This record gives sequence, C-alpha cells and structure tokens, in this order.
Amino acid sequence: MLTKRIIPCLDIKNGRTVKGVNFVDLIDAGNPVELAKKYSETGADELVFLDISATEEQRSTLLNLVRDVAATINIPFTVGGGINSVDDVALLLKNGADKVSINSSAVKNPDLINQLAQKFGSQCVVVAVDAKRIDGIWKVHLVGGKVPTAINLYDWVVEAANRGAGEILFTSMENDGTKDGFANDALETISKLINIPVIASGGAGTMQDFADAFHIGKADAALAASVFHFGEIEIPELKQFLKQQNIEVRI
Amino acid sequence: MKIVIIDYGAGNIQSIQFAIKRLGFDAILSKDPNEILQADKVIFPGVGEASSAMKMLIESGLNELIPTLTQPVLGICLGMQLMCNYSEEGQTKGLGIFDVDVIKFSNAVKVPQMGWNTIFNLNSKLFETINEKEYMYLVHSFYVPNTNLAIATTNYEVNYASALQRNNFYGVQFHPEKSGKWGEKILNNFLNL
Repeated sequence: MLTKRIIPCLDIKNGRTVKGVNFVDLIDAGNPVELAKKYSETGADELVFLDISATEEQRSTLLNLVRDVAATINIPFTVGGGINSVDDVALLLKNGADKVSINSSAVKNPDLINQLAQKFGSQCVVVAVDAKRIDGIWKVHLVGGKVPTAINLYDWVVEAANRGAGEILFTSMENDGTKDGFANDALETISKLINIPVIASGGAGTMQDFADAFHIGKADAALAASVFHFGEIEIPELKQFLKQQNIEVRI
Repeated sequence: MKIVIIDYGAGNIQSIQFAIKRLGFDAILSKDPNEILQADKVIFPGVGEASSAMKMLIESGLNELIPTLTQPVLGICLGMQLMCNYSEEGQTKGLGIFDVDVIKFSNAVKVPQMGWNTIFNLNSKLFETINEKEYMYLVHSFYVPNTNLAIATTNYEVNYASALQRNNFYGVQFHPEKSGKWGEKILNNFLNL
C-alpha cells in the first residue's frame, strides 16, 4: 500500500539553514546538507528546501546547494522559492532536484504550471498555496503569506490541478506556528476536490496532529519544520505512533 | 567497468549519476551510439511525458539502437515504460522490448501515485538480498499490467508490474536512486550482473 509521507522542511537563506535547529550530534546544524543527511537516515520520506527570502529579494535559488544535497542523500527532495520560469526549473532539475515548488509565481502567471507540466511532467510540479480565512472565506496569500489576494483557495487548487500540478502543498497561515494541529477541515475539502496528492503544512505540534491530518484531513503527506528541527518529535517515534493508529507508513 | 547513462534530454539523470558514485562507480552521460555500444552496463532513464521522450529518442536514432543492445540495460521509470510496445500517454509507440502496453491508473485512486510503496513477488537477481515488501519510491500516472514479464509487483488500484525483465533488458518503475539504501542496493545488484 502507498504510504503516507513525512516531510521535514528546511528553510534556507544564503545557503544556510535558518530557524534554530537543535541537533546536538550535528557538527554544523546550519549546514543544510548535514541536516538533510540526518533526516534521510532517520526515516524522512522526502525533504523540502525552501529558499525563504528568494521571492522577496529576487534571489535565485542556490544551485550549488541543490547539487550537494543531490550528491549526498538518497531520497527525493523538492526545492522552492524564487522560481519564476521554465529556465529556473530546468537549472534546478539539472542540478539534481526531483521536484520544484512554485507559489506566488504560479498565482501571478498560472500558465507557468502548464508550461512546467508539459516540459518536465506533472510529477515534478508542486504548487504551494498559502492561505487563511478573510471573513470566513479561505483566500490565497502571496509572498510567504504576507499579501492577501481575492482568490478563493478551493478555486485555485482546482485550477492548479487542472493546469497540470502534480501535487498541492497547502499551508494554513492560521495554523502555521501555532502547534495546534493542521487545518484539517480545509485539507479534507481540498482532498475531495482534486485527485492529486495533497501535502498538509502548518500547525504540527504533536504526533496526534499528524495522525489527524491523515485521518481527518485526508492528506497524503504532512510537512513540518520546527517540531523536527528542535527534536520535539523524532521521525522514527512518529512513524511508530502512526502505524499504531493504522496509518500506513514506511518504517 | 564502463557505465553509460543514456542522455537524450529526458529528466533528472544527475541523481542516477550521483547514486552510482555513492556506490563507488563512475558513470558517464552520453547519447553517442559508440559510447553506448561499448558500455558494460547501460542505464536508460526517463522522467516526463512519454510521447515527447519518444520523439527525442527518434531524433537521436536511439530508438533503433537500444533494442539491439546485448549488455545489461536498466530502464528506470519512464525509461522502463518506453521499453514497452505502446503507451497510452501521448498514444505513442514504444521500443517494443517488452511485449506489453502501458496504461493509465483510473480516477479511483489519486494520480499520480506519488511516494513509497512496497515491491513483492520478487523474482530476479536484481533483487538479491532485497526483502519481500521492501519500500521503493514511485512517481507515475501510467503503469505496466502484471504479465509473465514481471519480476516485481506493486499494488496501487491493481497489482501491476513494478519491474520487468526479458533477457538482458531490465526495467524498474520505481526510482532506485531515490529509494534509500535498498534502492541503492538494487542499483548495485544491476551493476554487478
């Protein structure tokens, strides 16, 4: 049976991991390659690298880092941040990224999704969506969730899927950083609306939160950053916990 | 040992080269027929859409060359699918090495299948020391039905062939280069055939 995936997310700035990390056994926890290796060895199913300042500062994602990661780890990884064109993606894939994640650029230029799917295949096109409710309606937000749009979340994920996205990475800005759990109602709605995998993001605090994202939110994968980086949740324990809850995971 | 990864413009071949390097070998990327003919092992990768990948093969003449190879050849993901007779994806003819057609998953399941699933009914030297139901990483919307060519099976909507073999030709639907240490072991088994 296809398993549910656990995906640590590493925020990258200038080729270094940002947000504090708390791995005492790593010589250099700020080194994304070291951290990626650690996660892949402890059972992460995939990794996401997000060049967090890229969109704002118009920086191109760091190709050397992608290359180092691809040379070192033997699980798939996605790179996001600052991707605006087919050429940007070609360079990332050429250097060893398995998938790319596009966010603001897809909203501004939805045809980019079609172009990427046609050129590289849907399997490597992750459309990331940041959203929160405005007057009770889930609205897409841009630039790391800072800029609201009038676009309805559910309309947008359907459009993205129709245009050829291979996967949706949904981050609830309401839940992100709260450690109160994922936005399971919205997740479930998205999962019912589209027939491509959905990655839950934003709000992971406990192991039960992950189980809920899969059971209630019907997510195919769950992404988190700080609970993993600070060692609050260890991936092997999390997977054992999920298995006990009859959730299929790779152990 | 000379290992050639066929570089015809389809997909992320860098990862395969890196994985082979982690195993202690060097592989070269090439679409030069002479290089490919001289190789001890040939890897035929592929990611993306079947009919456009097939077009690229035809443009380079590799569609004629590949079926005539006599050394061990490993098709990976779309590479394996292109080694079949025909694919529903872009309704394209394949290389005809494996006498079976590639079809699409129905909408009863999420398409693409993306993630880790098990391989079982393992029946090839390719899987030496690999346990039944080991997890491999797969990303695909089209699949090869189970026939007597199958040397591994996976279940998603149906039981389908996640690896094929005929004579010196091998194909795997999963990505051994992205499937952790056991994926690397399969790649190593292939290199040691």
